[in-house]
Amino acid sequence: MINDWIAAKGLHRGNQRMMPEGLRRELEAQIKEADHPRECVVDVMYALQKHYGYLSDDAVLEVASLLGMTPLEVDELATFYDFIYREPVGKYVIHACDGVVCWMLGEESVLEYLCRKLGVAVGETTADGLFTVLPTVCIGCCDHAPAVLVNGRFYGSLNPERIDAMMEELRRVPSPLVVDR
Amino acid sequence: MSMSVKVLLKNARPDRPATFEEYCRSGGYQALREAVKTMAPRDVIRQVNDSGLRGRGGAGFPAALKWGGIPEGAPFPRYVVANTDEMEPGTFKDRVLVGTDPHMVIEGTILAAFAVSAQKGVFFIRPSYEMDARLLERELQVARAAGYLGKNILGSDFSFDLVVHRSGGRYICGEATAQVNAIMGNRPHPIKGGPRMAEQGLWSRPTLVNNVETLACVPHILTQGADWFKSLAKTETGAGTKLYGVSGKVKHPGCFELPMGTRLSEIIEEAAGGMMRGSEFKALLPGGASTAFMPKQYYDLEMDFEPLKKCGHRLGTGSIVVFDHQTCLVAAALNLTEFFVRESCGLCTPCREGLPQIRDLLWRIENGQGREEFIPMLREMTGHMGHAYCAFAPGAAEPVEGLLRYFEEEVREHISQRKCPFREHGTDHAQARH
Repeated sequence: MINDWIAAKGLHRGNQRMMPEGLRRELEAQIKEADHPRECVVDVMYALQKHYGYLSDDAVLEVASLLGMTPLEVDELATFYDFIYREPVGKYVIHACDGVVCWMLGEESVLEYLCRKLGVAVGETTADGLFTVLPTVCIGCCDHAPAVLVNGRFYGSLNPERIDAMMEELRRVPSPLVVDR
Repeated sequence: MSMSVKVLLKNARPDRPATFEEYCRSGGYQALREAVKTMAPRDVIRQVNDSGLRGRGGAGFPAALKWGGIPEGAPFPRYVVANTDEMEPGTFKDRVLVGTDPHMVIEGTILAAFAVSAQKGVFFIRPSYEMDARLLERELQVARAAGYLGKNILGSDFSFDLVVHRSGGRYICGEATAQVNAIMGNRPHPIKGGPRMAEQGLWSRPTLVNNVETLACVPHILTQGADWFKSLAKTETGAGTKLYGVSGKVKHPGCFELPMGTRLSEIIEEAAGGMMRGSEFKALLPGGASTAFMPKQYYDLEMDFEPLKKCGHRLGTGSIVVFDHQTCLVAAALNLTEFFVRESCGLCTPCREGLPQIRDLLWRIENGQGREEFIPMLREMTGHMGHAYCAFAPGAAEPVEGLLRYFEEEVREHISQRKCPFREHGTDHAQARH
């Protein structure tokens, strides 16, 4: 019913305009294969986030219509999860761990150095759209504290030199990639 | 360092995970081959029961008791969830385990599924471990191609398939009932007082939720026997080996497989190389953020469920966070409480409202605004955490309880000096973020 209301208001028009048909078909196939469509919701959010760069309002409506959920149900999840971005973010999201181990071993100076070098405050994106800095709960890299997670990849035992090297490397890499094991 | 049996990390390589072939060469999938041909599900449960295997995810519940909790006549389909979420601060053992030998956790999960006659399983995995999610997806295909997953496994009438389910990333998803909600695409909050997952889990069907380290023990119990598994432990009450994580102010932080019940002093000094240069031991968290600080008097304690329980502590995940004499424990408790405030799902009042109050009291003490009456207030507030729906809030209270139990003097110094005695200057980074 809510989807009808959205259609009536023309709020869905972003759908046709923005989501490529190939991606839609791919997601529809994935959802069809699932025992329960709703179990795909996080995967679908990730897929649209990858496409748009973040989970835009249009994307929330698209997720809802793909899964037969209300936009509210989708947003309730989207705003709950740490790795679903409801605001635009940079190409690289630097999740700086502020867990207790990283805290003990210098997380505050890592965060301060990162922000100073990039000229942003916590939560902001650099003007070139390359980096966003987000403090994040323990990322599970305590054996290499202090650490950050960038697009699925750990950078640990950080100090100013290593942070510089990391940013240098990320600026060189053509596209954001998780490194496979 | 004393030599000990390697079981879970026996195939460890410096630079990459063990392959399917390497796992098989080390005896891998032998347990599954034998189980589907010669064993009944209840035989598997009996062996696991005899082995004394207890859950490695934090609560320490006997594995076989959980498995046996699914009634024989329970409806189908049944599910197994291999909990790979590992979001307990200070904990990274499951990341090391999966990245060392993915097929060991895969085989363990298939065996658990066999034991409870489950049809479908998922690895529930946090976004920080995306590289492990990809690794598992790749290796699941290898296992499927080898006939260890899918329809009629190895020609038996047991059919089971296993997939990776990615989390959106929230600590509460590690709680079993919340995890089940997360997988179903619901808001992942815990369900008060059950329902028992063994009867009403995923899609209201019987569901087993086990930590991956627990599951990885199962193939070895079946091939080498329950008595052998028990004999691995150093304590009378313990069983198996344990993946102890050590981090903080030690020389060589890492994940070490040692006999269950190895003494803390041995883990810290021999496995982790002792304290960092210039650091003196002050306290530790024995099992992640939701366990209480332990002072020097427990330095020689055996790291096993029972010895810790006896002195009012919990093994948790067995992930040891070491603090030194230069680290302020009020500030550490504040960091931990901040974590819990942020991660609370917000569903029930003690957790949603109580934790921020505890945080604010600690913040004021740490920043020179403490008052004597804050100490009993903190005691009272942490006492209320037991009224929450799930184990999150009582766990959150534990570090603060430990702080008050053993380091009240340090708290009082903050109050009487009207500043943090560990901070030389008046600057406060935490203030900017508060």
